[in-house]
Parts: sequence; structure tokens; C-alpha cells
Amino acid sequence: MSNEPAAGLAGRRISAELCRENFKDLVAPLHPNEARVAAERCLFCYDPPCVAACPTEIDIPLFIRQIANGLPVAAAKTILDANIMGAMCARVCPTENLCEGACVRESSEARAVEIGRLQRHATDALLASGRQLYRAGPPTGQRVAVVGAGPAGLSCAHALARAGHQVTIYEARPKGGGLNEYGIAAYKVTGDIAQAELAYVLAVGGITIEYGKAIGRDITLANLRVEHDAVFLGLGLGGTNGLGFGEVPAGVSDAVAFIAALRQAPDKTVLPIGRNVIVIGGGMTAIDAATQVKLLGAECVTIAYRRSKAEMPASRYEQDVAQVRGVLIRENLVPVAFESADGAVSGVTFERTRSEGDRLVPTGERVTLAADQVLTAIGQTLLASDLADSGVSFENGRIAVDSARRTSLPGVWAGGDCVAGGSDLTVAAVADGKAAAASILAALQSAAVPEHAGA
Amino acid sequence: MADLRSSFAGITSPNPFWLASAPPTDKAYNVIRAFKAGWGGVVWKTLGEDPPIVNVSGPRYGAIHGSDRRVIGFNNIELITDRPLEVNLQEITQVKRDWPDRAVVVSLMVPCEEPNWTAIIKRVEETGADGIELNFGCPHGMSERGMGAAVGQVPEYIEMVTRWCKAATRMPVIVKLTPNVASILPPAEAAKRGGADAVSLINTVNALMGVDIDQMAPWPHIDGYGTHGGMCGSVVKPIALNMVSAIARHPATQGLPISGIGGIEKWRDAAEFMALGAVNVQVCTAAMAYGFKIVEEMIADLSEWMDQKGYARTEDFVGLAAPRKTEWQHLNLDYVVKAHIDEDLCIKCGRCHIGCEDTSHQAITSLKDGQRHFEVIEEECVGCNLCAVVCPIENCITMVPLREGDVDRRTGLKVGGHRTWLEHPNNPMATSPRPAKYAAE
Repeated sequence: MSNEPAAGLAGRRISAELCRENFKDLVAPLHPNEARVAAERCLFCYDPPCVAACPTEIDIPLFIRQIANGLPVAAAKTILDANIMGAMCARVCPTENLCEGACVRESSEARAVEIGRLQRHATDALLASGRQLYRAGPPTGQRVAVVGAGPAGLSCAHALARAGHQVTIYEARPKGGGLNEYGIAAYKVTGDIAQAELAYVLAVGGITIEYGKAIGRDITLANLRVEHDAVFLGLGLGGTNGLGFGEVPAGVSDAVAFIAALRQAPDKTVLPIGRNVIVIGGGMTAIDAATQVKLLGAECVTIAYRRSKAEMPASRYEQDVAQVRGVLIRENLVPVAFESADGAVSGVTFERTRSEGDRLVPTGERVTLAADQVLTAIGQTLLASDLADSGVSFENGRIAVDSARRTSLPGVWAGGDCVAGGSDLTVAAVADGKAAAASILAALQSAAVPEHAGA
Repeated sequence: MADLRSSFAGITSPNPFWLASAPPTDKAYNVIRAFKAGWGGVVWKTLGEDPPIVNVSGPRYGAIHGSDRRVIGFNNIELITDRPLEVNLQEITQVKRDWPDRAVVVSLMVPCEEPNWTAIIKRVEETGADGIELNFGCPHGMSERGMGAAVGQVPEYIEMVTRWCKAATRMPVIVKLTPNVASILPPAEAAKRGGADAVSLINTVNALMGVDIDQMAPWPHIDGYGTHGGMCGSVVKPIALNMVSAIARHPATQGLPISGIGGIEKWRDAAEFMALGAVNVQVCTAAMAYGFKIVEEMIADLSEWMDQKGYARTEDFVGLAAPRKTEWQHLNLDYVVKAHIDEDLCIKCGRCHIGCEDTSHQAITSLKDGQRHFEVIEEECVGCNLCAVVCPIENCITMVPLREGDVDRRTGLKVGGHRTWLEHPNNPMATSPRPAKYAAE
């Protein structure tokens, strides 16, 4: 094993100037002239495949036509009518797998209309205009609790507030936005866009956020049900999977926490970074962690994934984002042990695997890669303790819901990453919140609701 | 290699591409640049009498933009040259001396009195120019003073002034026509009666390009006010083609040489004008949008196309399409086409479907076996061409003629025969109505 001594983690591997350069917008905003040219490429398809591919069903050809015709703020209204988190989704949606992947120009010319960038163009114009398009409806006197101020909760809360319901959001963290604020690579969300969008959503009125209130710790679902006419659970995934190798040496940490710390750091360069970093995992978290650690000055960053590259949950585009910044992606490596020296990690031993259909077959061949820092990104979990004894039913470790996002408990809905069967995307969480809100609105209007709520 | 040399009303040029009388030909500097770039000839920007006219110093031009801000329609309110007559005449003399193989024609516009025309023509003759073009076309500004289109809209004036000019000069006289008339034929006939050696058309079309809805004034505006101008560019090409073809096949004007003008940007536009009977073409807007270099494409590609088709000289194809232009009443009502969608080329945008479904004949599917699929329903298709026109992919949708004896599934009748409206039984005025060749079964 070519094990160099761990040089130790250190901050300030790059200058403040280089940091600014490295963490500027991953995708630059469209210049107005570019936007017009990009918009004119849209064919205004009948029964548009891009809309069918959008979980929130934004009327994409319509908003693009509005941009082409010179009214980006009107375009933004079309977007937000369907997806109140349109500004963030424009930046973080894997559009290559959604709208842009379905664009007829993608199949015919291998170059889709730039829907994501156009959506950002429109929503940026709206935010810059300072105009508020929505306001809370006349008060109904009914109260709804929303757990979690992430995309699902905010989307649900916004729709309920517009209908006149009094919404209280209980948020465990000190800031709202959920993963938009804590879980996305910094270069995708420049300009504090997550907070700007949160402020826009809350400005509708009728929504209160109580920060530092975690379900299972500060509040209970039972109490929420008593005190509200309906409850929406959008608490996300509070836990992360570990590798289960026993004692974890220094220098090994959780990629989700790393990404969150980086986002919240006033000065990113002070975060301790290794020279030789291994990121274990194959999803967006692995990509975001590996790319950012490289941009912070790590010399050698390797993503190790147990399956093949083609099977990575991170899209091809995301893989490229990491690779062009110098991240090496190694496939078919499943970790089996941490190596350490003097209590600090010095490497990771992997076993090579082979994919046989859906099955992953270990080959018995081992390889040890040197590392002075290891970030694990092997999945997030719903913390069971959050909803202990609440009576809500689970499915594959997440909350079970029906198509209207109703849980097994009357008067309780759920959506976003915490529910079973989702795709762990911001846009899917927004769609969940929207669907749940529609169901809650219908329920609150009908006479059946009071006996459910507070049961 | 095709021979592009051109002879128009006795004026020769190395190729049929001339610059029209307009800003690009206002002075020697521009014209020399044009000749260096390869243009076969110019019609010098219209000369008038001293003192020179005065142009606005506000916006003279407006435009309609297509995709990617391409100028597809262009508008101007510029008047004739605003430089002293003597300066222009000296420059014309020098340019013609330095570029003897290029055509130099001088556009003229003076008040409608014979002495005025005679006087300026004498001055132009002294320059050695190859010919004159009478500007009876400009629809803005000068027309308010009884010149330009104000003459071109009155056939009697056209004939009268043309006759004066012919009497005053040995030079070929080209009459430039305005499209701002109900029919182009009376002005063309008048030019011919007056002795014109040729006509050139079209001049610009009366137009107001837009409205500034912030200022609530026409766009563009000058100190708060706007006026109509003359529009040209690609958008007017169809108007020009129609008028050129009308003159080319009208018995009274047949054979009168035509210089085609209106939205010519590329070799193909030129080939279309010439196929309908224009001997040469004149260009302005495309040069103003892209510079003089565009003539290189026109020369190279017209030549290439002629080689492909086996046309050795431009005369070999000039006018070949003119006899096929006819009146609606002569079209074959027994001819039937059906749209056909090439499934391999189709990108499934569905525009053909929604256009047909919303606005026409409900003749294109959107689904087949639950899948997105666009296919022509022959039972409903009237062959209108809408789908082919709106399809973003060239040649994806084609109009396929049914063969003699095929059954048109829309009418249930066999296809065949040749009846025009003049022979159709539904025409109460038909002198010799005929039944369909194949009776209903």
C-alpha cells in the first residue's frame, strides 16, 4: 500500500480570491440577448413533453414564450403559479433528466432548449423587481401545522396561506429553506438565493415560522394534531447512513454535514480540508462534497462508488461537473475498512465489485487507497425517533402516503424526502407540498375534517 | 463554370447582382467598396435638384426582427441624396471611368416638369453613366412634394415623364415602380407606352413599423412624432415576386426587361426572381444588414446551382417559371394531395397536430396506442399544406399527390381528370361544365 503519511487537515489551502472564483455561479445567468435567442428555440410543442416531465407541471412553453416576448416577470408568474420554489428549482433541478431531457430538441439535435437557465432568467427578474405576486387569502380561522421549512413544507404552507389558512411552520434549524439552505453545493446557489426565495414565499403573509422546534424533541405530532386543523410533515431526512466499521478514525466525517457547514461558513476557506480526500457514495451529495472539497484546495479527490458509473444516482451532467474540476470517479469499489495511523484516517480499503444485472457481486480483490480525509455520502435516513409513537405508518423506512400525500393518520399529510416512493428531488418535494395542500384544502372545506383533526 | 455575365436593357455587368438605389450607393466611397467586393453594378442613390433635400437627424430606419434579431423587414424614411448635385456627378464620372466593366445607372427624381427632367438628364449623360432609373417609387417624404410614388401611382404621369426622358437621352431608361398600387399592370403598361427600356420593381411598401407603447407614438419616432416609411427586406419578397411575375406574363408588357427588387438576400432569392422573368436583381437591405461581402455567396452559389442544373448562362433559366404562374380559375380542381409525415424525421413537437386540430381539418393524430404519435388521417386531410408549413423540420411533412385512379379517402371518389373552375359543374357561370372523370361508385 502506497500510504503517504496523513498530512492532516488544514484550512486556508486557497486564497480568498481563488475561493470567490471557484465558488461563483456554476451556470452563469443568461444575458438578456442570450435569453431571447434561447427562448426562440422553443417550438411551443403541443402537449409538451417537458411539462409532462416536470413534477410540478410548470407550463414551460408558455413561460418561455413570455420571455421571448419581452416580459420575464410575467413568465415568472407562470412558473411560480405551478412551483413557488421556481428560483431554486431553476438552479438545482437535474433538468437533463426532467424537462430538458424530454425536450424534442434534445432528441432531434442533442441540444435541448435551456429551460433551467430560462426559468432562472425569469425568476431572477421577478426577485429583482421586488414585486410580490401573491397574498394571503381572507382568513378562514383554520390552522395548519407544517413540520419543516424545506421545499415541501414551504410549498404546502404557501398554497394554504393563499387560501386563508393560518400556517405555523416548525423548523428544527435556525434557518429555513431545508436542503436548499443546507444541502446544496454553494456554487449552485450564489447570491443567498435560498434565503431570498424563502423571504419571497413568506411574504405572502399568514405564515409564521418557529425556528429551533424539532419534532420528537420540542414538539410532538400528537400535540400538533390537537392544536391544528391539519398537519403536514415535511421534515426531510435527519439521519445519515454510516459504514458500520466500528470505531471511526479522525478525519472521517459525514458529507451532508460537510456541505451544510460549508454553506453556513462566512469564510469557506477556513474549513479544514485534507490533501488526499476520498468521498464514498454515488449520489448528488457525493458529487457536491467531492467537487467542493476539490475547489477548496484538496490536491487529490476521489469518489469511490460501489457500482458502475452508469448506475450512479448522480446524473452524467453532475458527474461531469465533478470530473472537469479534477475529481476522479472510481467505480465498483465497496468500502470494507478504514485504515488509520495514530487515530487519524490514513486510507480506505475497498473490495472490487462486479455488477451482474441488478446484483452487486464482490470479487474478493481488495485495494487500499490512501486518504487523509474521508467523507461518507451513502444515503440519508428518516430518524425514527422524530416520529416515535406517533402512530404514523412507515414504508421502507419512510412515511407511507397515498397519492394525495395523506398519511395513515387522519388529518396528517406528508411530503418531500421523508415520504416513501419519492425521488429525493427539490422539485418533487415542491410537488408533494402542492399536492398535499390541494388535499388539505379540500379536506378543510368538507365537514368531515373536524372529526379527523384533533382525533 | 456558369457564365454570370448579364445584359440588362443593353447595360452589361459581370454578374446580375446590382445594388439598388439607396444609402449603400450614395457616394463614391461606398460604391467603390461595393465594386471591390464584387457587385456587378449599382443604381446610384437618387439625384435631385439643388439645393439638396434635408434628411432628419433622428432615426431614419426601423425594422422587424426575426429569430436571433435577424432583420427580416426594414423600413426607411430617408429621402433622396442630401449631397449637392455637382458632387454626385463628379463622383459618378470618376467611378465609371475607374470601373468600366461595372454597370453604373443613375436614379433620378425631379419635379414633374419636362425642363427639369431634361436638364438633369443632360448633366447625367456627361458622367458616362450607363443608364438612368426614374424613381417613381419612394412612398415617403418626396411623394408629399408630388414626386416619387406620387408619380408612380398615376399611370398617365409615368407615361408622360418616361416619354420626356426618352426624348432627352440616348441612355437606356429604366422606370422604377411603386408597389403601393391596386395593380402593378397599369403603371408597367404606362412605362412601356412611354418608351421605357425596362422596369425595376418593387420600390418600398408603405408601412408603419411599430408603436412605442411607452411613449404612445409610432416607432421609430423623431422628437415625439413618427411617419410612415417605405418597407423592404425579406418580408416584401412575396409581394415583389407576385408583381414581377404579373408583368412578365401580361401580354401588354411581356418582353419588357425587368430588374427584380425586394428582399433579395441570397442566391436563391435571385434565382427565384429570375425564374419568374427578372433579367437581373437589385439588393439593398441584405447589404445594409451584413455588408457588401454577401455578394460573394450570391455569385458562388448561383454559379454552383447553374452548374448543377446545366444552365450555362443566366438567359437559360430567366423566365422559365413565369408561364406556370396563372389565375386561380385555371388550377386543377381534380388534383388531390395528402400530407405525409416522415416518422424518422418527426421530432414529435405536435405543432402539425394542434394547428390542424384547432384551426383546420382535424386530420392529424396525437396519440396512437397510447403513445405520442403524429400521423395524417387521410379521411380528413384536404391537402392544405398547413402542417408542412408549420413543421420545424424541413421535408419532414410532404404533400404527396394521389395517382390517377387512387381513391381519395376523404371524398370516397377516384382521383383523376382535369377540371378547373371554368369546367366545374358547381360553377353557375361554367360554359362547358364536365362531370368528374370517375363517377361515385
